[in-house]
This record gives sequence, C-alpha cells and structure tokens, in this order.
Amino acid sequence: MADAGAPFRIKGETGEWEVVIGLEVHAQITATASKLFSGAATAFGAEPNTQVSLVDAAMPGMLPVPNRECIRQAVRTGMALDAKINAWSRFDRKNYFYADLPQGYQISQLYHPLVGEGEIEVLVDEKDDVSAKRIGIERIHVEQDAGKLMHDQHATMSYVDLNRCGVALMEIVSRPDMRSPAEAGAYLRKLRAILRYVGSCDGNMEEGSMRADVNVSVRKPDGELGTRTETKNVNSVRFVMAVVEHEAKRQVEVLENGGQIVQETRLFDPDKGVTRTLRTKEDAHDYRYFPDPDLLPLELDDAFLDECRGSLPELPDAKRKRYEALGITPYNASVLTAEVETARWFDALLDAGAEPKQAANWVVAELFGALNRRGESIEASPVSPAQATELLGLVADGTISGTIAKQVFEIMLESGEGAAAIVESRGLKQTSDTGAIDAEIDKVLAANADKVEQYKAGKEALFGFFVGQTMKAMAGKANPQLVNERLRAKLTG
Amino acid sequence: MSELTSKTIADLRRGLGSREFSAREVAEAFNSAVAAAKTLNAYTIETPEDALAAAEAADSGKATGALAGIPLGIKDLFATEGVDTTAGSRILKGFKPPYESTVTANLRKAGAGMLGKLNMDEFAMGSSNETSAYGPVISPWRRHGSNVGLTPGGSSGGSAAAVAAGIAPGATGTDTGGSIRQPAAFAGICGIKPTYGRCSRWGVVAFASSLDQAGPMAKSVRDCAILLEAMAGFDPKDSTSLDLPVPQWEANLSSDLSGKRVGIPTEYRIDGVPAEINDLWDRGIQWLRDAGATPVTIRLPHTKYALPTYYIIAPAEASSNLARYDGVRYGLRVEGVKTLDDMYSATRAEGFGAEVKRRIMIGTYVLSAGFYDAYFTKAQKVRALIKQDFRDAFEQCDVILTPTAPSAAFGIGETTDPLAMYLNDVFAVPASLAGLPAMSVPGGLDGQGLPLGLHLIGNELDEQTVLNAGLAIEERAGFNARPEKWW
Repeated sequence: MADAGAPFRIKGETGEWEVVIGLEVHAQITATASKLFSGAATAFGAEPNTQVSLVDAAMPGMLPVPNRECIRQAVRTGMALDAKINAWSRFDRKNYFYADLPQGYQISQLYHPLVGEGEIEVLVDEKDDVSAKRIGIERIHVEQDAGKLMHDQHATMSYVDLNRCGVALMEIVSRPDMRSPAEAGAYLRKLRAILRYVGSCDGNMEEGSMRADVNVSVRKPDGELGTRTETKNVNSVRFVMAVVEHEAKRQVEVLENGGQIVQETRLFDPDKGVTRTLRTKEDAHDYRYFPDPDLLPLELDDAFLDECRGSLPELPDAKRKRYEALGITPYNASVLTAEVETARWFDALLDAGAEPKQAANWVVAELFGALNRRGESIEASPVSPAQATELLGLVADGTISGTIAKQVFEIMLESGEGAAAIVESRGLKQTSDTGAIDAEIDKVLAANADKVEQYKAGKEALFGFFVGQTMKAMAGKANPQLVNERLRAKLTG
Repeated sequence: MSELTSKTIADLRRGLGSREFSAREVAEAFNSAVAAAKTLNAYTIETPEDALAAAEAADSGKATGALAGIPLGIKDLFATEGVDTTAGSRILKGFKPPYESTVTANLRKAGAGMLGKLNMDEFAMGSSNETSAYGPVISPWRRHGSNVGLTPGGSSGGSAAAVAAGIAPGATGTDTGGSIRQPAAFAGICGIKPTYGRCSRWGVVAFASSLDQAGPMAKSVRDCAILLEAMAGFDPKDSTSLDLPVPQWEANLSSDLSGKRVGIPTEYRIDGVPAEINDLWDRGIQWLRDAGATPVTIRLPHTKYALPTYYIIAPAEASSNLARYDGVRYGLRVEGVKTLDDMYSATRAEGFGAEVKRRIMIGTYVLSAGFYDAYFTKAQKVRALIKQDFRDAFEQCDVILTPTAPSAAFGIGETTDPLAMYLNDVFAVPASLAGLPAMSVPGGLDGQGLPLGLHLIGNELDEQTVLNAGLAIEERAGFNARPEKWW
C-alpha cells in the first residue's frame, strides 16, 4: 500500500481519484447448531438435503419460530461492535422467486433491525498505531440463508440442496468509510477477529460462513459520491481487496472514457481477478418487503440484554491495550490479539506466571516460527502454556541462556518433555562458575593473542568475537552476562 | 340410524356414555350418510376407516377424551398426515403431508375420528365455495319450491354443508374474514372464530397469517364450546399462538346475561340489506334483553373502511404465503418448459384458479415499490384504528350483536362480480382485523325458507360471553329447521 498517512489514490489520465468502499458482511451464526427459525442442524459438508426440516422446505402450513440462541449471538455481536441494540425489532419478508428459496421469501429485517449503529477501530498498517481508523457500522440484521443449486449433477436439470436453507446469518453493514483496498482488508480482518472472539461466527471464509458484498464507487478527492456497484459473495480478505482494486480501476477507466457507472450487481471471478455484471438496476427485483405476519416483534428485556453483555469476553482492542500496559510492544500486542486462539494461548501463558514482555517476544519469535515450520496451529501446539512458562522461567532466573533455551525448546517440541527435565538430563544448565569461565577466557585470549592486540589498539568490534569463542568453548552454557563482565575486566585490566 | 346423524355432539356423547349406542354405530351411520351425499360435493376425500378406527378406540375404552367416538369432518386446509391435503387447489392435488396440524392432532388426542376432508374455496379465498378446484359444494338448503342449487357460503362451505346435511356432527373451519361465520349463517348452524392465537396455525395451509384462525362449526352453541376446547391451546410451534390455558367454555355456559351490556353498532345499519335481516337483528336484541342483557348503542366509526383494508392486507399476505407453491418441491409441476421462470409461470398458471390469481395480483401490487405506503402502510394504520374502535366500544359493552351476512344464501353462479362477492363479509371482517372472537348463531328463516344468522363479537379472549350470548339466542330463537333431504 501507499506510505502510511498518504491517502490511497488511483492515478487516472484526468488526475487522481478516490475510492469509496462499504462492505456488507454476511456472517453465519455458527455458535448454534440449529437454524434461525427451525430446529434443523447446520453442520457444514453434510449430505445434500439431510439437514432440512419441514419449515426449511416450506411445506404447507409450516411456521417459523425464532431461535433464541441465534438472537442472543447477534445481540452479543452488536455489543462487541459497540453498537446500539434495538430492544424492539421485527422480521420482514423479502419476496422473490428462486429454486433455492423454498418459501418464496427470505425472512430478514429491513425496517427495524436488531442492531443499530456502531463502529470498530482498525489498524491499517499494523506496525504503525498512528494509522488507526474508525469504520462506522450502520446496522446488523438477522436473516435466513438460502439453499444451494447444484448444476453439475445432471445434463439438463439443476438439483437443489436445502441444507443451508434457513441457516442464521448476521448481515453486518458498514458505512462507506473505507478508502483503500488495505482499509477494506483491515476492516474485514478486524471484524472477523471480533466475531471469533465473541464466538458468534467461526469466520471460516472458505466454508462460506463469512462472505462479503463489496460496494465500490470512485470520485475526485472529496467530491460528490459516485454511483456504486455491488460485487456479491466475495469469500476471502484477499479477494475483497482485489475486488476493490479492480473495480475502482475499472470505474475510473469508464468515467475517463466519457462513460457512466451504472448501479449494478457484479460477480468476482477469482481466476481472472476481474468482476463482471450479474444484473443491472433495470432487472433488479422489487422485493416487496413487508413485516412477516407469522412472527411477533422481537422484544428483548433487560435481563436478556444484561446476560448478553455479561457473557462477552475481553475483546481484541481491550486486550491489546492491556498487553501494552504490561509493557508488551504495540507490535507484539497487536500480533498476539489478532487471532482469538493466539490471545487465549497467550493469556494462559500469563496465567501460568510468565513474564509478559519476555513471553510476548518468545511467542512472536520462537513459538510462531516453530509452529509455522511444523505447519501447526497454536491450539495444536505441542508445547503447552504451562510448559512454555517453565522454559521462560529457566531463562529468567539464569538457569539457561537464551541460546540454550532455543535448543531446549526444539527438544520440547520433539519429545514433549519438560524444560527443566531436559536441562537436567542433558546437562544444559548455565554455569555461573566464575573460576570455570575465567579459565576458558584465559584459553581463548591466549589462543588469539593477535586479536587481543588489535582489540587493545581500538578494534572494539572484536569484543563479540571473544564472547562467541568463550561461549562456544563452554558449549553455550556459560552465563553470557558473566562472560561479558569477566571478558571486559580481563581485556581492560 | 338416521337419528344418530341428527344428534348434536353433546347428545352423541351422552348416548355413548350411557351405552345407548356404540361409537362404531355412530361412525357407521355417518360414514353411510357421507357416502350417500356425494351430490352435495361436500367432501373432497372420504376416510371412513379413520372414523371407524377412532370409534374402535372409543368402544374399547382406549380413547377416553372429550370427543371419544365422535367423528368429524376436517376442512381441507388442515394438514392431515398421509391424507390428501389440497386447500381446494389443483396446485396441491394429491399432496399427502407427512405431518398432522396441531388443531387436528388436538382433536385426535381428544378421541375424535375423521370422516373425510371437506371441500372449500381454493386456499380459503371465496364466499361461495365456487372457487374450489373440486367444483362447488351444493348447499343442502333450497328455496321454497325451487330446485336451484344454492351455495353454502365460503370458504368453509363444505364444513357448513356437512353439518347442516347431517353428514358430520361437527367440523373444523377456518376464518380469515368470515369464512366460518358466513357459511354457518347460510347453512343454519353455529360457528365460532376464537380470539386470534387461541388455535395454533401450525399445519393449517396459510392464506393470510395475521387473520387466519381455526374454529369449530356445529349444530349447537354447546357443541361449538366442546369442539373449541379440544382445538385450542398454546403451541410453541406457532409464534403467534397465545400462551394461555384453555378456559372451560362448556362448563361455564350460561344463557343468563344479567348485568351484560350488548352493543348495537350504528354503522352496521347499511343500505341494501334486506329488511328481513334487520328485522332478525331487532329480534336478536330483544332475545338478549329477555336474557337479562341491556342493549346499548355503540359507535364503530371506521367500519366502512374495514372491507377495503381487509382486501389490501389479506391479499398482500396471501401473495407472499402462496409463493411456496412453485412446482419445485411438492404439488403440481408443469413439465416441458425451458427455464425455471417458465416452470413457475406454467405451474402457477395451471395450478391456481382465477380468484387466487386475482388476490395474488392484488397483493403483489399493494406491496410493490411506490405503492406500499399508499396501500399496505395505510391499511395497517386503518387496521389499528379499527382495533381501537373495538377497544373503545368494549368500554361500553360486553358483547356486540350484528347480522352475520347481508343476505341469505345465493344461487351457484348468481354472483359473478368479485366486488359484490366480497360484500358478503362486510359484517364479519372488522372482527377479523381486530383479532376478536366472533360467532354466528342461526336466528330464523327468511321468506324463502333460508337460514339467517346473528353475529356476536366479543372482547379479546372473551369467548365465554360470546358463547353465552349465542346460547341465549339459541334458546330463544328456537331454530330447529333442517333442510329437507333431497340428495
């Protein structure tokens, strides 16, 4: 992206253009195993039409009954986004015909959504706290997902799978507050993190439990808003950024060639990296929204709202600030809080008594490195927070050096043994025996008399060489601080 | 045997209790009567074995509920497990639901059997039973000295005709804008629509969700109370179901109306209503006075907007509720078309009748962008005003008395103008919009020998006062006319 602080601009032939982005994110409420208005199950990847109730199939006379837990999760999500919770909301029907929509309407919330305005703070360049930006949330409403058509099962017919039909979605609508692909990406990542902290949605974009409709328009910087297009069902952060990038450039080209942007729905082709028209406004549906007469208005009492609020976990921003207050660098704090699993693991590390700064450095440098190498997730880490705390403790109390700690950690990863046991059995304990250290230093200095001369003549950089040689001679087990002290004394003495 | 089919449910129950006759005899009597009355076209499908099985359970002591051994006719709008449920429509021809509606399940739990499914206006849209895909029900009633086939009213026309003809001792009906009460009036029987939410709508094919209510149709007020007690009750599967215990309406029946005030709404005196109907209304007022009640004049100022309001809200909801009949999953599908849209159009064009199509189009129109506020939003506001009218009125009275319908039964094919047909429900619709309990009780015959009904509207949840006032009229009207058997 552009330099931090400099606004993102598309350079056209007529000058610079600003891009305006809003996202409508559909997040499946995965916290519940059942659908929004029926008791049917919602497992991903089940055999077609095995998770369908009479209600989902819209059999005659079937009626929707709201799933309390779905509402609860949406309310908790709204609270996590600092949004206004509407204690009175209502479901509306969005009417249209399609084979994946058995009722002939989707139950959604147009007029009175469950959640009103909120906002989230995103860090656009994560190493730079300065470019924090607040993105407005317009609303969150709760609605049913549709089924799926399968076009590859038969030569001339399409099949319908209703497993996904009626699954609860939260549609999280942002304000058009984003101005660059990076901002859109940062917003989506942050939103996903919050949902995963709250636990309402697993944020699994590959399985489709989170997907975004990307609204993009361009304008001359700070000019009137342009006409927007909406690219539907984009299912990764990378693709969202690609859509913004491509769509903004396309629009600039159209406008600079004297054309006009038409309000339309587009689809993203991930293989070609382009968007194409799905339908224009002219053939847009008239959804004939009206309040669903099968459902009473949703009224939430204080006890319900209190429980929702009380059950919220510590959220990423609060956690990051707490970590920073513990002396952890802003960069480490933001890395450690970006994913809920990392944060949970790190909290367990702190709970086990690890020193925060040391622990943060170790997790970000050593643990992440090891997990990456091994292709393992942090939840599956072979080293537990308690084991890691033991290891870090041995470094902190001088039992082993940082270098030895790396060796010990590798052994822990392979063997599952405890750090102290490894140090003990393999004789890796750091020595602070000044007699032994002095003896080794004397040998090193004697063997490198020429370098001692050079050092004394002013080539101070050689100090590190002496340290290295001494440590090597002591198989890394010498207390590095003592080695430093003794060396300096001998070289200056 | 024929005397069994002329008995009320209360009498049948008494006879069964004293072993004067067996449930099997009752079932057989009705099964034969049903089989012999095909001319009336009241049943779309007959299930004699179902009635016999329930009778067997009653006779053997396995079934001991309030309706043990009582066979009933079930309107074809109620889903009955494994038995054709078509809502009187081609689009559902042959549809056998794998589930049983809550209301019919409740009746079965009480020990009732099923004689068959009763014909009705398609998707309950109609006031004459002429919109049924099975053809019209012929009323057992005829005008003096005439062989002209009359309608039993609608949409619960099969239910009304069956009870009047003695081919069911009682039947289920549904009422969206008068579909229990108007046919009850035409057929000289009783029918009550309870407070919205008393009977679960689960498993009842939807017409207009905010208005649809099931209710019983039977020969007497007591029978209605018995049936309604069995049908009603909270159902967690229907979000609009009332979470309240079912009152003991039958045990609390009393025709003593001392201290009760009967509201007579000025606005229900409308032009073009035959004098006979207004005369009956006046007699009704006198009967209630005789029962101890005090008549009071009340105002329901928004009455004249009720019918247009109803004909916006009901079609709007219907246009959406009927979208599921698309040929994809069940019911009729027209094959041999190229695209999905073509399949929708061909299936729905062939599957739905003219009146259903008309209402789907009206409903689609009033919900369309640009018209929504002018029609649907305004109608919702008027509906709120109509509810308020009743709230104000019930400050001054305990029950309201009006005629049920503006005419007696008319001939099949006589009313071809849809708007004229809609006028049938002019007295019935306001209570539907307000969700209030309302009942039709036979009051007498007109000059041509056709039944006329009186209409009682009660306050929310006050079915008891409606039933009690109905009982007071029943006792005083002495209506015991039955159609002469010609079929």
